[in-house]
Amino acid sequence: MSEKRIYCDHSATTPLHEEVLNEMLPFFRTNFGNASSVYKEGRESRKAVELARDRVANAIGAEPNEIYFTSSGTESDNWVLRGISTKKGKHIITSSIEHPAVLETCKDLEKKGYEVTYLPVDEDGLVSPQEVKDAIRDDTILVSIMFANNEIGTIQPIAEIGEVCKNMGVPFHTDAVQAVGNVPINVKEMNMDFLSMSAHKFYGPKGVGALYVRKGLRLANFLTGGHQERGRRASTENVPGIVGLGKAIEIATNDIGNKAEYLRKMRDRAIERIEKEIPYVKLNGHREKRLPGHVNFSFRYIEGESILLMLDLNGVAASSGSACSSGSLDPSHVLLAIGLSHEVAHGSLRLTFGRENTLEEIDYVVDKLKEIVERLRFMSPLYEGVEKEV
Amino acid sequence: MMYSEKVIDHFSNPRNVGEIPDADGVGEVGNAKCGDIMKMYLKIVDDVIIDVKFRTFGCGAAVATSSIATEMILGKTVDEALQLTNKAVADALGGLPPVKMHCSLLAEEAVKAAILDYKKRRGLFIDDSLAVCEGCCDACYHKQDDEEVHEE
Repeated sequence: MSEKRIYCDHSATTPLHEEVLNEMLPFFRTNFGNASSVYKEGRESRKAVELARDRVANAIGAEPNEIYFTSSGTESDNWVLRGISTKKGKHIITSSIEHPAVLETCKDLEKKGYEVTYLPVDEDGLVSPQEVKDAIRDDTILVSIMFANNEIGTIQPIAEIGEVCKNMGVPFHTDAVQAVGNVPINVKEMNMDFLSMSAHKFYGPKGVGALYVRKGLRLANFLTGGHQERGRRASTENVPGIVGLGKAIEIATNDIGNKAEYLRKMRDRAIERIEKEIPYVKLNGHREKRLPGHVNFSFRYIEGESILLMLDLNGVAASSGSACSSGSLDPSHVLLAIGLSHEVAHGSLRLTFGRENTLEEIDYVVDKLKEIVERLRFMSPLYEGVEKEV
Repeated sequence: MMYSEKVIDHFSNPRNVGEIPDADGVGEVGNAKCGDIMKMYLKIVDDVIIDVKFRTFGCGAAVATSSIATEMILGKTVDEALQLTNKAVADALGGLPPVKMHCSLLAEEAVKAAILDYKKRRGLFIDDSLAVCEGCCDACYHKQDDEEVHEE
């Protein structure tokens, strides 16, 4: 067994970038001041927070005063869904493949008298802008559609959905947690009113996120208390985290085209080899409209958690949409929403590559995967008939 | 979630994988929808299990419980094998995470199902307790609110 680890789960989280860590470090001990304090220590922290805000705004084509720092992507999503004005009604439109941060919040809001439309997706996981348009009613207060899906990597026609919402006069929120740092984003050109992001998905620290709120739009405060974030989000600023978020997004969006190209090479190599060398597989998610480092396959006749465990024993970290890897009874709601049977959904594997991976590593992972799939299929009663036909 | 070393051992190096073409009893429990299927083959001579093989579709715990269950019933009489409980299977593996306890049930059920099949083939008396469940083991297990089930 190899000692070296190959990390292929960048959609779950990413390692902190060295330069990000270096920018953060002074703010733990040397410049530890509270950003709200008037003295020098406080002013240093304030300056750092505002520089981070500029960097975030710059990365997504927003104004600095449209950016609010939060504790996570989940908090940003909650803030929008729970804070949007209900003057016009209580109808929200979302998709059936959202992250639980949106889906579970919508379910909670339903218990509180909201009505939620969960739009279906096609077999590639795409939401139709026309269906968004058709679902909008007089009492619709928000459309919330994720930019790119965490499980299958599909990138939505987000600018078109944004245009539909703009034309219909309905605020549009996108959970862009998986997209920021992977896909170029411009909130103005894409007609976004709210956008959620999370630093640890693009080589920033955990425990810090941001929400873009288009100028002129208001959300009810989610956290009440002090007057931080211009009175909109109470709680002492997580200065090191915010500094890290700012630096991470600056690095991730600088030369984003070439970075994505590097990931795409690894992704396409993995997809090509798996499809060519392993029988009875299905690529999940859209073939072209997908995140640059994102691979998701279903392997017929075997179960995802066993694949993960075997990969782990061979030094590879990956992820699965099988029920067994989550502890729930059902496999991933995303895989079921794109029409997979329970059996095929149980056999899914997600590999998400990042900046520190290499093509050689991808080849090693696929080589191991071939052996593992063969081994698990030999063990599977579902493969018995198939094996004899071959 | 943490697996014990014993689970990882039985998962990465499972004992008695395969099938017995001229088995005297074959049992299959679980279904693909649940994410677990266990199929067990028994060779029985003079009421003693002289060979056992399994095939499992499922998670690491499902493979490990199948593997250790085959070791636990090999060389035993049919009646002794019927005494195998899910708790004994889990204990032999050094314990299972709570969300995986149902996998040990699946192993107990697979042994029972194979013995039921053997008794049917031989026209032997079949006790009511041998009824094999067709639902999802985890559904059953979670319904019992994580208490030990199949334990009188």
